[in-house]
Amino acid sequence: MTDRRIKVIIAKPGLDGHDRGAKVVARALVEAGMEVVYLGLQQSPESIVRAAVDEDADVIGLSILSGAHMTNFRRVKELMEASGLGDRLLTGGGIIPTRDQEKLRELGIDKVFGPGDDLQGIVDYIRERAGRPSKG
Amino acid sequence: MKNPNRKKWQERYEKGGLRDADFTSLSGRPLEPLYSWEDLEGYDPETRLGYPGAYPYTRGVHPSMYRGKLWTMRQFAGMGTADQTNERYKFLLEKGQTGLSVAFDNPTLYGRDADHPLSAGEVGKTGVAVSSLADMERLFDGIPLDRVSTSMTINAPAAWIFAMFLANAEKRGIPFKALRGTLQNDILKEYIAQKEWIFPPEPHLRLITDLMAYCAEEVPQWNTISISGYHIREAGSTAAQELAFTLADGFAYVEHAVAAGMDIDDFAPRLSFFFNSHLDFFEEIAKMRAARRIWARAMRDKYKAKNPRSWLCRFHVQTAGCSLTAQQPEVNVVRTALEALAGVLGGCQSLHTNSMDEALALPSEKAVEIALRTQQVIAFESGAANVIDPLGGSYYVEKLTDALEEEAERYFRKIDELGGVVPAIEQGFFQREITRAAYEYQMALSKKKKFHVGVNEFVNPGQTLEIPLLEIDESVERDQVERLRRLRAERDNAAAEKALRDLKAAAFGGRNLMPPLLDCARRYATLGEISDALTEVFGEYREQPFF
Repeated sequence: MTDRRIKVIIAKPGLDGHDRGAKVVARALVEAGMEVVYLGLQQSPESIVRAAVDEDADVIGLSILSGAHMTNFRRVKELMEASGLGDRLLTGGGIIPTRDQEKLRELGIDKVFGPGDDLQGIVDYIRERAGRPSKG
Repeated sequence: MKNPNRKKWQERYEKGGLRDADFTSLSGRPLEPLYSWEDLEGYDPETRLGYPGAYPYTRGVHPSMYRGKLWTMRQFAGMGTADQTNERYKFLLEKGQTGLSVAFDNPTLYGRDADHPLSAGEVGKTGVAVSSLADMERLFDGIPLDRVSTSMTINAPAAWIFAMFLANAEKRGIPFKALRGTLQNDILKEYIAQKEWIFPPEPHLRLITDLMAYCAEEVPQWNTISISGYHIREAGSTAAQELAFTLADGFAYVEHAVAAGMDIDDFAPRLSFFFNSHLDFFEEIAKMRAARRIWARAMRDKYKAKNPRSWLCRFHVQTAGCSLTAQQPEVNVVRTALEALAGVLGGCQSLHTNSMDEALALPSEKAVEIALRTQQVIAFESGAANVIDPLGGSYYVEKLTDALEEEAERYFRKIDELGGVVPAIEQGFFQREITRAAYEYQMALSKKKKFHVGVNEFVNPGQTLEIPLLEIDESVERDQVERLRRLRAERDNAAAEKALRDLKAAAFGGRNLMPPLLDCARRYATLGEISDALTEVFGEYREQPFF
């Protein structure tokens, strides 16, 4: 297991079409030596967690700029726990107000990223928290 | 070099020592340190620039520009319920805004009802939820639709949202011929950048052509489409890509409508455009000037439009949302002011200025007032509206206008080689170009080749947010779902179902879809029901995800 690359699912839940951030982050994670499965747009929490199970992913990253972050993070977290992925990292990014970031922490989602956050910071956070060291 | 003085300057410049900085434009365009008359040798201002209101319209679409009429100050707004948004419109009109612009929420933009499973958590969040004529009635309650022009940012379901708008006007006794406004209705840029579609391109293009044909007869003052570069730019494109892809989309609409049998001069005068105004002041102005010249030439010479109104690239401008920062948000007021001034010097017909808090949330009332006041300062204090195309003849701006035009022409040739806009979309051409540009820009920020004040330089460590934000209460979704449930229980369901059946029949055949859509709207068929009926006929579109 130790030499396995970190595997990250990146997905856009719901009806939000803003995929610039998700794609830039996906590319930066690949450049950093991780394996990225980009599911694309209009994903339901169910389809995202199903993909994470199928892929045995270490990390799920949700990109949400539509304001639907609370609904989607909560649901994905529940489904992860129900599917035996409770130990995997759930993170994400988008337009997520500070107040909601606190609520997400209560759900066990320690950190989400926002406009202006550096790509390296995202890479470092995932490396540190994903549990499996990256080759890259 | 012929001119000895220029040579002398060049030597002194090279010896002088330069800052260790990146001197390319925001889009990464290499720039000379100086532009001078030698750079415009052989330049024919008569044919390249002409005069305002005359071919090739480089200097503006009207002979009098802002001396005749200021640009329309139009703030894009919508949040929560129709009632809440109606209140915001009345607030904006009272503060001196001169046109309305509707922002719909994500479910509405995708043609879904508020109670669709994928709508969960999205209702009213980034715009107003409109699921039926009943919501449209409340949205415009008390607003004189024959006197205020209305722009609606809606694309995939544009034809049936417009049908609801028309049904509402009809109920209020406002003649369709008195209605003025714009539908965005630009599906091609959805596949390219904004990603809010329902069907594959062909049926969407049919709906657009149907709407153009219907409006040419029935709603003659309506701009049937706003061909948009804004979202292409927000997705990360360069200025030249925004210019080229937008105009290429415009050509595709023209070709589709002509192929459907329409006379170009019957619909082209109602085509309008929508550009982004980003932070690189001169590049943005050049882009807008180039857009007018390219469009005029193509419409006159390639597509053989006879009516000079068909040659006009009239456009709305919005300052760049992606240039706003969540950090030190007050600084966004300054960014927006610069971008808005570029839009005015670029000769826009209407303008939206972003609010300082939009990297964080939908704008608060205070923030949107400052944004509107920014336009008023430009219009009434700065003097920018006194003289037409004041940067015309600037060595730099003219060279840059030419350069953007040439780069756009190169893209047009590339798109032609790929078989046109729709095949290029299907091959992921635009999407890849944009994704690459977005990544390169992000890397330039990471390496501090480009700067974003407060983000990668001049950062205030540990600063917490100090401006009040608008919050959309969770009750909005519950209420909207409940209203829909009541509507379905109380309306004449037999009539609604019949209208939907007629619509499907028309979709199977070749009839113009606007009359049956209008009938569905009148019968209070919901947005999602209409989408579902059409999806049965047209099918759904799925994008192959890539990054």
